Amino acid sequence: MQTFQQSFAHAWHLVVTGDATLLEIVLLSLRVSVTATLIACALGLPLGALLATQNFRGKWLVNLLVNTLMGMPPVVLGLIVYMMLSNAGPLGWLQWLYTPGAMILAQTVLIMPIVAALSRQVIDDRWSECREQFQSLCIPWHRCVFTLLRDCQTSLFTVGAAGFARAISEVGAVIVVGGNINHLTRVMTTAIALETSKGDLALALALGSILMTIALIVNAVVLGTRQRLQS
Amino acid sequence: MSRMQLSLLEAHRSEPQRSQEQRSEPQRRLLATISTTLALLFSAPGLAGESLLLQSTTSTANSGLYEFLLPQYKQHSGVQVNVVAVGTGQAIRNASNCDGDVLLVHATAAEEKFVAEGFGVERHDLMYNDFVVVGPQMDPAGLLAADNVTQALTRIAESKAIFASRGDNSGTHKKELQLWQAASVNTEVVSGSWYRETGAGMGATLNTAVGMGAYTLTDRATWLNFKNRQHHRIVFEGDQTLFNQYGVILVNPAKCPRVKSATGQAFIDWLTGTPGQQLIASYTLNGKQLFYPNAN
Amino acid sequence: MSDATAIEQSRIIDHPMHNRAQSLLPLKVSSLSYSIRQRALLHNIDLELTISGITAILGHNGAGKSLLLRLLHGLIAPTSGTVLWHDRAVAELEVRKKQAMVFQKPFVLRRSVAANIDYVLALRHAASRDTRDKLLRDANLLDKAKQSATSLSGGEQQRLAIARALATDPSVIFLDEPTASMDPAATAAIEQQLQSVNRQGIKIILVTHDIAQARRLADDIVFLHQGAIAEHTPAEEFFARAHSTAAQHYLDGQL
Repeated sequence: MQTFQQSFAHAWHLVVTGDATLLEIVLLSLRVSVTATLIACALGLPLGALLATQNFRGKWLVNLLVNTLMGMPPVVLGLIVYMMLSNAGPLGWLQWLYTPGAMILAQTVLIMPIVAALSRQVIDDRWSECREQFQSLCIPWHRCVFTLLRDCQTSLFTVGAAGFARAISEVGAVIVVGGNINHLTRVMTTAIALETSKGDLALALALGSILMTIALIVNAVVLGTRQRLQS
Repeated sequence: MSRMQLSLLEAHRSEPQRSQEQRSEPQRRLLATISTTLALLFSAPGLAGESLLLQSTTSTANSGLYEFLLPQYKQHSGVQVNVVAVGTGQAIRNASNCDGDVLLVHATAAEEKFVAEGFGVERHDLMYNDFVVVGPQMDPAGLLAADNVTQALTRIAESKAIFASRGDNSGTHKKELQLWQAASVNTEVVSGSWYRETGAGMGATLNTAVGMGAYTLTDRATWLNFKNRQHHRIVFEGDQTLFNQYGVILVNPAKCPRVKSATGQAFIDWLTGTPGQQLIASYTLNGKQLFYPNAN
Repeated sequence: MSDATAIEQSRIIDHPMHNRAQSLLPLKVSSLSYSIRQRALLHNIDLELTISGITAILGHNGAGKSLLLRLLHGLIAPTSGTVLWHDRAVAELEVRKKQAMVFQKPFVLRRSVAANIDYVLALRHAASRDTRDKLLRDANLLDKAKQSATSLSGGEQQRLAIARALATDPSVIFLDEPTASMDPAATAAIEQQLQSVNRQGIKIILVTHDIAQARRLADDIVFLHQGAIAEHTPAEEFFARAHSTAAQHYLDGQL
């Protein structure tokens, strides 16, 4: 099909000519999604460890909530964040709507349940092996969590990568809270949606193939780090 | 006591500090990560300098008009205008939530209601273009031979040729519903058969129409800028009824205290004044003029 | 002067023969019972351990050996009864910190062999390269210090687990079938390590299925039968002529 040849040629052209607009969009995508992933991990990993290692009242409710939120459609989440950050909403005073901050917030909330649920599983398996040993060593709880997180770091890297993949590929949330504003909040996925709506399928596919290439590079880095950690 | 115990005890006494350092190392790294993250979070490029938020429609954004106009305005005033392009219905709703300084859309009745409810200061006519009906090259319903738009739509309904509707409460959708009403077709009854609501933006609906071989109503600017036409073409145009008026409104600072009213009013004055109107008239795509200025 | 310092000082003055295990001994267990949903798994256990040698807990599967070990270590709380170490409750942190446990399935952290030791030393605020190297040398693992602990064989992992237990500077070490499913060479290495540990004055309480191992290592035998202590006898006497019929049958069946 002609569109494919056209779009790959287009993608190649954009990359080799170092298109400034493209670079801006790619960098913003990475900045937003990497930041969101870091925050989601900083909050989600301890939450996962908490759910795996501790018993408390209402734990099943938190588990239910985390599992349900994993399936939250990005656009619904985008709407909720929009309503919070809107000038008519409770967090309007932050003036975050239509800024990268809003996109980071939305993606963070989007992927935190994934990070928490997957890390809960990873840590739960390990915890069952080491619970008595830690108890025997009289290790305080917060230190157990820290040790478990470090002990499972290779698996947790994959968890983080899964969260990142979900963040960088979603369009529903960032287009609502970011507004797809040129030079300000336009990221890869919203740019693809825009070009598709303009009927410029070749350019949309070109951007898509660049997005996939970036995902490929990021995953290669993650895999490489994993292997280095394992050896 | 054995030698080993002694050495252990000595070791315990001589090196109490190291473990502290070891523990604080990951914590320090964590702190660094958090502070970097927060710094990233709060910095927003493009917000430096004065800026304005314009809630507008996909059709004007997709036409490329803003990429032509706004850099000129920035040169003139130093103000960066940021555009959120959504359907007219959503743009009005966003502006009603005070999420925007200026509203530029094309649904006169809804705009007047917006002002009447106190959300907007005043509505100004800005420019117009027109709607066209696009359809497959073969034109199975014979719209090319229609005398007026009512007849054109009646032909579609009678031949049950597929028609793709926006179905998203946008300006174009509202216009289309008026036209069907004038042609005495009840779209709610036929929806799902030959009348298909995509519930999507203009571009997505055009993609769908091209894919289904369907007719659809679109504004001329979006169509001229649309690249995935394949074998679709304009099959009906030129009726007075297909007039498409754009209006511009300053969001009311009395309702929304954060509105940058002075900056917004200056932008509206520029758009509706001689320089803006001349620039709008001079914007062409492939040699065709897309918008006709008509501010008073 | 804090308790800890007092205990440390008393240890230093101790004659080598009255070794550090004495700081926790004698162990006095009175009327200890443990039940789950009205089912008594252990009932009315009375036990007194005074000497710092190696005590082996023997008995059939399901006799409650591992459970007793965990109760003595304070990993689980009894339904009724008391466990006192040197007149102090096992639940006290000071008592617990003087005890270490090694499990049937060797557990190692997924980091280097050396880091496994460092981790525990840091936990006890005693990080030191010399101490770590000494512990690894004693476990015959010094040449593997930089290897990943998970890459060790099962026997080596268990030796590391024992070295790590020693890093807490314990007075008592509990072992729950430490050589289960290990080959004779690995078993021999671990037994050697345990004997050397015991010679350093650390009390060892060991659960085992291996009668020959108990014969090789133990100074005294606690024989459990159906959740109760059938007898507590010096090892030589136990293997020569056990007092209880249950123990006699157990030995006959195995021999």
